[in-house]
Amino acid sequence: MSEQLKFVQLEMMVVALGLIVLIADLVMPPSKRRLIGHLSAVALGLIFLFSLRDSYVGLINESTDLFFNSRYKIDGLAIFFKRFFILAAIFVLIFAVDFADRIRSGISEYYAFIIFALAGMMFAASANDFSMLFVSIELITVTFYILVSYQRHRLQSLEAGVKYLILGAVSSAFMIYGIALVFGEAGSLKFEDINAKQSELLGSKVFLFGMLFLFAGLAFKISAFPFQVWAPDVYQGAPTPTTAFLSLGSKAAGFVLLIRLLVFTIPDLTREWTVLLIGISAVTILYGNLCALPQRNLKRLLAYSGIANAGYLLMGIVAQSEDGTAAILYYLAGYLFALMTVFLIINLITKEGEGEDISCLENLNKRSPFLAAAMTLAAISLAGIPPLAGFFGKFLLIKSVAVEAFGNTGYFVLLAVAVFGVVISIYYYFGIVRAIFWNHKADDKTPIFVVVPIRFALICCFAGMLYLGLLPNKPMKWVESAAVSLIKTTAE
Amino acid sequence: MILPLLASLVISFIPGSQVKAIRNVSLGVSGLSAILSLVAFCTFQVDGGLQFETKWVWVESLGLNFHLGADGINIGIIFMGAVVSFAAVCCADDITYRFKEFYILLNIMIGGVLGAFASMDLFFFYFFHELALVPTFIMIGVWGRGQNRNYAAYKITLYLSLGALLALIGLIGVYVQAGADSFSIPDLIAKVKAQPINESAQQWIFPLLMFGFGILVSLWPFHTWAPLGYGTAPTATAMLHAGVLKKFGLYGLIRVAIPMAPIGAQFWLGILAWLALANLLFCGLVAVRQRDLNLLIGNSSVAHMGFIFLGIASLNIIGLTGAVLVMIAHGLLAALAFGVSGHLYQQNGSLDMSQMGGLLRKMPLAGTALLMAMMAGCGLPGFANFAGEITIFFAAWSAGFKVITVIAAWSALVVGGLYMLRAIRNILHGAQPDVWKKTRDSSPLPTTAFGLLLALLLVFGFAPGLLTKGIELEVKKIVYLVKPEINEAKQLSVVAK
Repeated sequence: MSEQLKFVQLEMMVVALGLIVLIADLVMPPSKRRLIGHLSAVALGLIFLFSLRDSYVGLINESTDLFFNSRYKIDGLAIFFKRFFILAAIFVLIFAVDFADRIRSGISEYYAFIIFALAGMMFAASANDFSMLFVSIELITVTFYILVSYQRHRLQSLEAGVKYLILGAVSSAFMIYGIALVFGEAGSLKFEDINAKQSELLGSKVFLFGMLFLFAGLAFKISAFPFQVWAPDVYQGAPTPTTAFLSLGSKAAGFVLLIRLLVFTIPDLTREWTVLLIGISAVTILYGNLCALPQRNLKRLLAYSGIANAGYLLMGIVAQSEDGTAAILYYLAGYLFALMTVFLIINLITKEGEGEDISCLENLNKRSPFLAAAMTLAAISLAGIPPLAGFFGKFLLIKSVAVEAFGNTGYFVLLAVAVFGVVISIYYYFGIVRAIFWNHKADDKTPIFVVVPIRFALICCFAGMLYLGLLPNKPMKWVESAAVSLIKTTAE
Repeated sequence: MILPLLASLVISFIPGSQVKAIRNVSLGVSGLSAILSLVAFCTFQVDGGLQFETKWVWVESLGLNFHLGADGINIGIIFMGAVVSFAAVCCADDITYRFKEFYILLNIMIGGVLGAFASMDLFFFYFFHELALVPTFIMIGVWGRGQNRNYAAYKITLYLSLGALLALIGLIGVYVQAGADSFSIPDLIAKVKAQPINESAQQWIFPLLMFGFGILVSLWPFHTWAPLGYGTAPTATAMLHAGVLKKFGLYGLIRVAIPMAPIGAQFWLGILAWLALANLLFCGLVAVRQRDLNLLIGNSSVAHMGFIFLGIASLNIIGLTGAVLVMIAHGLLAALAFGVSGHLYQQNGSLDMSQMGGLLRKMPLAGTALLMAMMAGCGLPGFANFAGEITIFFAAWSAGFKVITVIAAWSALVVGGLYMLRAIRNILHGAQPDVWKKTRDSSPLPTTAFGLLLALLLVFGFAPGLLTKGIELEVKKIVYLVKPEINEAKQLSVVAK
């Protein structure tokens, strides 16, 4: 048993880190709390480096059958997502330290909750069983209930917390009901058993209903239409670091589970559901983009654009191929850097108590050319314009669908909608660029001071966007190897 | 070709106060790339196929290569592009604020423009074109003219990205349908030659490419972004965009759409010919009604695109050769016209032709340049435009578009002559209104640029053979792809001899 614990060594480290943060809070004087956040970010950085070690990556080849009764899986996909989550959490922690002044109490617990949510996401990346899936999703969601409503003195934050709680609980109920139905029909919770039996299960209406409910629960996580209503209010009300983590971590966790479930476990059912998935993907893209058009609040705008992006990412699942999965991974990586940049900058330029109206970007190019350049690059990366990461991600997604498109008109409809959506999105992303460079009414020209850790995070994001956009050769190999290992297991 | 991108990097490190240094670096770099392209143009071997190749592997697994090169078709365009870029930098002295940002963006745009035409890889072909999009948006928004610039900036960006995305889907369609493992244009053509894309796929790939690229070139009825955008853009941006970047779509049609989907082409090009006619007639007539000089030039430049479309639609060797020739000639002409109108605007902040008059006396140099540009725009023999347009008429006639040719010739000559000559009368001759009394002639640098553009127009007008020899060889390959029977017939006649 003990030697098999090495499979969960990363998760153990993360949970231990969270506990250490809680204990450190007791012994450290309040003036040193800032240090806790930075140190835990550094510790996560070390864990990230650890995940790159050969001895850890080598675990892919070892069978985990005996351990956890094969409920837990380490493959290329899982490792890719674990790294993704750790990276996101590092940025969010650095972010949270800067945000600490706006949280009245319990800042160390805030760090700890971020780390616990991270642990949940890392378990989700490896979930190979419905019980594992549900527990990790709950770990993420429950911590997020707290993280969303952390600014107790702000009514908006509390309101967002309550909304997220109610809708989140309903979606969890759907999910557990779906799992119960699937278990009742299949007699097993393991993905592998269901994969083996899928041809006979497909005939069962109860099983189909169960899967539909499960899909609804996961669609809530990625904020896909028609389960997207919570996103704008929650994104806007939540403390900005939480919003960033919610829109990256929680969404990516939803996608890793969707990939594992739809592409790997029940590919036959997914093929039958192609039309449903195309419909959801297309409507999500349209809904997100159209609703983003009139928004003036930046966080709300990003929430709607996040919905649209969930639609684009679903295209990769619709494609049901190695290319599609690789494209999702690439897109998410580019999305991480761009979105993190935008949230960091929004936080820098808005003050406590003021809204995040788009006009706060005015004069940014005079107040800080560096921030203006970073924000412009992030916006055009999100819009999908070369030479940045977002373009290459969208290119891969569109290509993955186009490859499958021949002989299926539905795919063409999806492609047309995607193109239309990109054109709409260019309008509002370029609105951000416009607000930065012209359209000046405000005459606030005070320079913005950026503290070193935030500057470091911004430079990392900046470099990441350019690297993924300009030199995609190596990252392309990483995501492809992650997707290939996935398909191999399907064949087994 | 990479030089301008490097320049933009260098400039971003020069402090914003060093206005002179920024401008000189830009001038030097664009001048250098113009000279380099001249050297390339002169040393280019007409029958040598693809030359000056640079190739780096970019993404192995997708078969993406960073592949630049020049053959008979694009060597002339690249040369034209480099010269226009230099001229644009020369004429950019109307920028009076936020120099550093402007020159960074201008250099990125020049890099994108030249890269797009030099790319031999579909992905980079698209990549470089899109690279120029963001600078265009910001340049029109920040340094543009008039109250309308916000609307114009959005309109041009949205139209261009819609066109580009449609074309992208078409390009991916080509890649998928050809079953290729590489995005390299020569490889794809070889592949398609060996095993053509099946017919029904061609029937949807070609219109995607045709309308996608068409929007980029302001094909009627998707042309409304062009006059508005050019009317509000700062001089250098308008020169580069109208002169060079707009030709991207046409280049794409010749280079990609026709060779990859020849059967689709034969069906859809008939429709393209009628749309080309609409370009010529409709936009020509719109141009007649304009009172603003920039809108007039913008509309006439849209109308001129009609010639090129007609040349492409005729789908024979002389037609495509003429089309490329007009692309180059019109690039020089549009840059010249927008350069001069930019100078006029700088003098008085208005381009209302009804308020102008007698400017030839005030500014002999710029006035002469405008006069020559207008004459070239009417298709006066001696300028390169004439050589191209007359070729296209022959081609269209022999391709069977007789009605269209007659109407096109009529509209081109009569309508074009009408608005161009009226503009000359209004602006250059007659009484001088008070508001235009204090104007100056163009300073040495823009004058050099005007002279350079005019000189090239005349050189290519008197000796179009400099360009057409190379173009013809490459175009032949494309036409034979579409109509293999011509090739066979020719071989038979050779054998018979």
